[in-house]
This record gives sequence, C-alpha cells and structure tokens, in this order.
Amino acid sequence: MNKLVVVGNGMAGVACVEQILKHAPKFAITVFGDETHVNYNRILLSSVLAGEKAADEIVLNGLDWYEQNQIRIRLGVRITDIDPAAKCVVGDDGSITAFDKLLLATGSVPLIPPIEGTKKEGVYVFRNLDDTRKLLGRAGKGVKAIVIGGGLLGLEAARGLQVQGCDVTVVHLMDTLMERQLDLKGGGYLKSKMECLGVKVLLERNTAAILGSGRAEGVTFKDGSSVEADFVVIAAGIRPNVELGRKASLHVNRGIVVNDFMETSHPDIFAVGECVEHNGSCYGLLAPLLEQGKILAATITGNKGPRYQGTVSAAKLKIMGVDVFSAGDFTEETPGTDVVRYEDAALGIYKKLTLRDGKLTGTILVGDTSDSHRYMEWLRAQEDLTPLRRQLLFPDSSEDAGLDVAEMPDNKVVCGCIGVSKGAIIEAIHKKGVNTLSQLKECTRASTGCGSCTEHCQQLLKAVVPEFQEESGRVLCKCLPYGEEKLRDIVRGQRIFSVQQVLDIYGNGLGCEICKPALSYMMDVVWCGDHDEDRSARYINDRVHANIQKDGTFSVVPRMRGGVTSAKELRRIADVAEKYNVPMVKVTGSQRVDLLGVKKADLPKIWADLGMPSGQAYTKGVRMVKTCVGTDFCRFGVQDSTKAGIELERRLEHLFTPAKVKMGAVGCPRNCAEATVKDIGLVGQEGTWQVVVGGAAGKKVRKADLLITVESTEEALQAATLFFQYYRENANFLERTYDFIERVGIEKARRETVYAPLAVQQGLRERLRKSKRLAQDAWLEGDEPRHPTQFVQIEALEKVLP
Amino acid sequence: MSETKKWVRIARVENIPVREGRAVEVGGHDVAIFNLGDRFLAVENRCPHRSGPLADGIVSGTTVVCPLHAWKVDLTSGQVTNRPGETACVKSYPAAVRDGVVLVEIVVADSKPNPSHTPCRVPAAAIAVMSARD
Repeated sequence: MNKLVVVGNGMAGVACVEQILKHAPKFAITVFGDETHVNYNRILLSSVLAGEKAADEIVLNGLDWYEQNQIRIRLGVRITDIDPAAKCVVGDDGSITAFDKLLLATGSVPLIPPIEGTKKEGVYVFRNLDDTRKLLGRAGKGVKAIVIGGGLLGLEAARGLQVQGCDVTVVHLMDTLMERQLDLKGGGYLKSKMECLGVKVLLERNTAAILGSGRAEGVTFKDGSSVEADFVVIAAGIRPNVELGRKASLHVNRGIVVNDFMETSHPDIFAVGECVEHNGSCYGLLAPLLEQGKILAATITGNKGPRYQGTVSAAKLKIMGVDVFSAGDFTEETPGTDVVRYEDAALGIYKKLTLRDGKLTGTILVGDTSDSHRYMEWLRAQEDLTPLRRQLLFPDSSEDAGLDVAEMPDNKVVCGCIGVSKGAIIEAIHKKGVNTLSQLKECTRASTGCGSCTEHCQQLLKAVVPEFQEESGRVLCKCLPYGEEKLRDIVRGQRIFSVQQVLDIYGNGLGCEICKPALSYMMDVVWCGDHDEDRSARYINDRVHANIQKDGTFSVVPRMRGGVTSAKELRRIADVAEKYNVPMVKVTGSQRVDLLGVKKADLPKIWADLGMPSGQAYTKGVRMVKTCVGTDFCRFGVQDSTKAGIELERRLEHLFTPAKVKMGAVGCPRNCAEATVKDIGLVGQEGTWQVVVGGAAGKKVRKADLLITVESTEEALQAATLFFQYYRENANFLERTYDFIERVGIEKARRETVYAPLAVQQGLRERLRKSKRLAQDAWLEGDEPRHPTQFVQIEALEKVLP
Repeated sequence: MSETKKWVRIARVENIPVREGRAVEVGGHDVAIFNLGDRFLAVENRCPHRSGPLADGIVSGTTVVCPLHAWKVDLTSGQVTNRPGETACVKSYPAAVRDGVVLVEIVVADSKPNPSHTPCRVPAAAIAVMSARD
C-alpha cells in the first residue's frame, strides 16, 4: 500500500484527506500535527475567545474519526525536514517517516512586524487554540489590552478580549480598518460599530516598540505618542509557512508554488491551503482551501483532471452584531466600473456593488449582510445583471418567503465553506430525519464554517421539514430581529450593560415602547441590577415610581407588608390625604390603601410624610403579599400565614419582575387571602405548607399548580423564592406566571427549581441575593432625585402672558 | 388684530434628560419638550386621543408614545403615526437651543385666544401612505 504522509492537521490538510477518502484510495495515511489538538475549526477561535463556544465545540474531527478511517495521527510532532530524494520526513521527536506521496498543508504563521520588543512577556499572537487559551488566561475585567492590527483577525481578537472584560485598543497602521476588504467609507462604518461596542480604535499608528522591561507595559508609536497596556496581541496578518517547501527545494515564491492540479515542482509532493501560491495568489480563507482540497484529492488518487482556477475571495467578520462582508474586487479605479451604493448612517448600513460589463466584480456590505449569498452567487456565476439592474440592492419583495430557496437548483451550493448543496440538505432532511438547524449542522456540516449561510439553511428547513419549528422564539418587535431568549444570551455573552447599546449594535438604534421597557428589565435581571439603568427607556411609572392615571395624575400605594398596618400609619395616611387634597382614598382588592389623583410634583413630599416604603403597585414588581390573620387571632389558622407572608415580602420586595407578581399566604385551606389564585401562594395545612405557583384571578382565572409541599415555613419560603428567581430569569417581559407556567410546564419548573441540583439552586439564590443587595426602596429617590427635574414641573425661564 | 411669534426661553438643556420629555406651561400653551440627543422638539402636551401627557411618554426615534394608551405621535409634524386613517393631531412648536438654553416659538395673540401654531392637517396622501404601511 502506498504511504501518504500529510504534514499539517489543520482545516486544509484534513479537509483534503476527507476528499481523498471519498476516492477510496489505496493509501496508508499518516497525519502529523504540531498542535496537540485534533482537527478543529480555526475560524471559530474568535468565538471561543468571545466565550460563545467552548473549545470542544469547535472540534471538526475527533480521534474516533481518524481511527475509523485507519489514519495514523501524530499530534504534537513538528516535521522539521524533508528529504525529497530519499522520500522521507524527519520529526522533532527524531522520527523518520517514509512516504510515497507527501502532502504539505503547513498553513501560515503570524506575521510579526519589525517592532522592537515583540519577544517580551505579555506579547501574544492569535493563531491557534493554545494562543486562544493563553489570551483567555490573561484577559479579565479592567485589564488593558492592545491589539496591533485592524484586519479581520485583529478585530475579532479585540472584540473577544473586550467581551472578557478587557479595556481594548486596536492599533492600525492604515487609515481604515480592514483595508484589504473595505473601502474608506465601509471602514468608517465599521470603525463606528466597533467604537459603539466599546473597542477603541487608533488609525494610522505605526507601532515602534513594545514598552516595558521584560514585560509588556504598552506600546509607543513612531510619532512619539504611546498607549499603556497590560498585554499586547499582534494580529498584523499571516504569511504562508513555506519553510518545509524550501527545505525540500520546491519552487517557492511567497507560498509554495502549485499548478492547477495542486502539484508542486516535485512530482510526489503536493501542497494545499494557506501555504500555497497559485497563479500568484495566496489564500487565507476557508472556501479556497476546500476547493483546492477537492482538486488535489483527484490529482493524488490518480484521477487527475479537475483544475483549480482560483477562487473569488470573500471575507466575513465574525463579530456578533457587527455584520461585515466583502468579496471580489471592489475598487472603483478601473475604467468602465459602475458603482452602486447605498448607505444609511443612522442605521450604520453601507452597501456597495461594483460592476463591469454588466457583471458583478465586487461587493462590500456593512451593517446588513443578509444579501451576501446572492452577491456571492453573482460573483461566481458571472451572469449578466443588466436585466436586474433596478433590483441589485433591493430585490422585488416577495410574499412567498420560500421562493428564494425554491428558485435554487438542487446542485446549487448553499454552504460555500463546506460545500453542501441544496440537494444534499434536502436529502439529509428526508433520509436522516433532520429537523433542526443543529441536526443539520451535525449531519452535513452545513453552516459550520463562516455561518453566513445559516439563513438559507433555515429557509430550506422551513420549506422542507413537515413540522418545522424555529429554534429561536418570536421577535420582540420590529426594532430588533431577535427573540428575548436570544437577546438575553447576547446581553450576557457580549457584556452589554445598557438598553441603548443593544439597540445601537443589534437593532435599529431607536427602539420603541415595546422593546425599551423589555430591554430595561432584561438588563436588570441579567446583571442582577448592576447595569447602566436608562430611565428614558422605562415607562413613566418607573421614572417617577407611581401609577399614572387617566388624567395624568398619579396614585400612591405605600407598602404595608402582609397587609398589616398600625394606628400610627393610618393616621399618617389620613394626614397626607388631607394635606395634599387627595381626591380619593381607596382600599383595593389586594389589601392595599391607594391614594389616587396625586400630582407628580407632590410625590416626593407625600412619600416623605408617609414614611413608608413603596408598595410597587405601579411597576412590574413585587406587590404586597396578601395574608389572612393566621394563627394569632383566627380560630381556624394552623400556620402563621401573616408572619410567613411578611417574611416572603421582605425577601423579595423592591425587585423587578417580568410582569407584576402577586402573592398570598393563607393559614388554613379555607384560603381567605386567595393564595391559590396568586402568582405565588403559600397554603398552610396542619404540619405542612403547600407552595403553589401560576394562579390567576384576573381576565383569566387559573388555579395555581402545586410546586412542592414542605414542612417548615423556612422551606416554604425557600421554594417560593427559588421559583420567583427562576421566573425572573426565564419569563418573557410582560409574561405573567400563569402564562409562563403554561408555556414551560410545571414539571419542568419543578425540575429546574425545587428538584434542581444543588449547584443550580445555589446559582438562583446567589443571583437573587445580588439583585436584592442592589435593590432599594424606589421612594428614597424622593430625597435624592435621579434627575433635577424628575418630579418638578418646569417653569419657563421667562414669563409670557397668555 | 395682530399676532406675534415669539421665541421663549424655557430651561437649560441639562434640565431635560436625553430621550425624555418635560412639560411646561408657556403663554397659555401646554408644551411637551423632548431632548432627542442631537436636537430638541416640542409639541402640544395633550394626546389627541384622551389628552394624555405626551411629555411622560417613551421616545422612539422622532416619535413619542403616549403613556395612557400608546398612541404614537410624530414630534416633527404632530401627526399620529400608529392609527391608520387617524386625522387628529397635536400642534408642534419650533424649538431651538441658544447658549445652552432651550427655546420654543409660540404665537402670542394680542387679544384673541391662540390659534393653532402649526396648523395641523393630515394631507390625504399621507393618510393613504399610512394605511398602506400598517
């Protein structure tokens, strides 16, 4: 059997081996990799750095794959020499391996610019999984990082580090970011997006030296200025790793030179991937490498014929919320170039197409890359676009959402990275029972490369799968294209702390009365109150802590925990009602005293006079707990519900919730305080408490479900608070517990609260504790307003008589 | 019977937080002034629906959403934007910033009651567009 030795266990080498296997070759294959990891998706390293993926999630071929295909894999062995005459390779472990055919897939190495001090401790590159792990180890809250290089890799590294809490500055030599993929204008849009995320960008800075004695402390520039840093990442580009090619005396320019069949100047040595140069071009992106692999597989297995003819280069920035796509030649200088351009500065959208002779030559998309597939197809096919000239940027809107995919022929490649056609996807759906995007990824690998075909895959699933259900929930409103669950992930994962930032980066920058309050709550619950609260994004009730009435006045409900009050409190309430001419004093259905018809300007004075905390009757929050008289006086009471209710209220008061939370505690099954139709109820029985959740007695009447039965009051309180925090974290905004419980099911709610593993319970409790620590009685703002005119009626600076 | 337009100094800019509104009574007009970050806009502080205080609404771009029943009013034109076919609208007032102070321009009539400052009529074409969009 012929011996095939592959040097390089990266994406190009292994993808080529996969293609070779398809030809059922008679090879004994040995793969050498100098990294100690199995083959992984290098493109997704930035997702690992940004915490979106774990290291094991980006593995492409596990050890079992090598085993099944009888491939000998040597990890952590670097090939140091090749003897082309004796046909063997030498490893740094001293091993000598003979080959009949040799495949070089040595990839590329980081380009280190001539900067003084790059050997210092605290200077990193960002190329492989080990680099990524080092960066993750170094990153942390408030740690200052400088990334040298404002290309794809540099920006992805910068964002990843920033998500990890670092204070990041990108330093770039050129006058625009990603200058190889974008024009000045596109680079400008990208810069403002990055800055909006909180990454600082310095352009036209030529780095002279890394500062610090032995350890990086910052960088200086040729203009004499400098920036401090705790560590530095060099992401200034890559160069083909051609060392072995030279040692084997192959023809080498910038890369190892190959012909259209991927043959080098030695008949038994082949090369693929980033290390090669074809027709004067070196490629550093995935699609060309895969294409090359296919050609090479044919050549090396004796099926020589297909020729590699170069690939249209396309690049996509993989930063969540910063959509950038670029392909082909987008320069405008060549005579006869038509430029089609669209921009919307407020939304941060910039699109440009260049055409020559009616054919697309290049494109730049910033802020909206949803059409990238169409343009890529036009670039590949080189069809005459003259008939479509009016719809280049804005295709005729079609009522039929499936039309787009229906128009594709079966052999059309949907996933350009992995090379999966529409037909292959449909086959996977029918023959392998694929129903969801994640199954599709697992089964066909489609959309596991750059991810830009995800939308198309979704559309195909939607069109073909009989009972397709989208994995992400419904969107919140037109301002943001995401559901709440996804948004919570984004806010948490991307470390976003303000409503406006979510809207600026992921939405239309404006927001509306639907998403703003929802996002406000989301910030509060995700960061346990430790976020940048934006009052303008909240309802007026939450700006002035009172409930607006039909005439623009407000109502005031002081908190009387458990509905228990005193003569003194009642006297103060009565005094306030008289002093401020409160038009109506009402006892409400939930044992509350409501002062109605109060002017906004009187609110702080009334709160001060009452000397009672806010009853939160105006907000999506914790209302007073309705209780019965319990055991102190009642002849029938078997549990002290008054005390339990007051304690429950104390533990949860002042917190915000997705929708209002009404609670009740009753001392016997007679249920005088109606606990079984509350969001959370404690129902006392002889010797036990029932904790019930999801009850309703409003527009809808629903008997609460039993969460758990416990013996002690403390256990009952613990169970109730666990559910309370679970609801806070998982319900959609404005979703009452009774809708939430019907959506998730009581069994699941039990599993994830009272029956959850201890660590999960502790997590819920810890986050509740943190929220509680930062929450305070909103009415304290009466003494210290958030804003000077929060409660006052503005008087014009000059008087004008009507 | 003459009418005079007059710019009136209302408040220092910092007294109206970004993306919030504040109510002010000026020369017999109830005005809601909004800080949009890059400029200030002013409209009559009475929702055309049930007279809700627009100054207390959530700002969405250049519109405000009434806190009572979520009618959305365009702050530049005074028109209602989320009730197709709705022709009722509010007055809008020119607003400007000078030396860190927000000013609005109102009409002071010498003896007669104030006419609408910016006469507010929804052109028929606009109604058609609005219905088509929703």
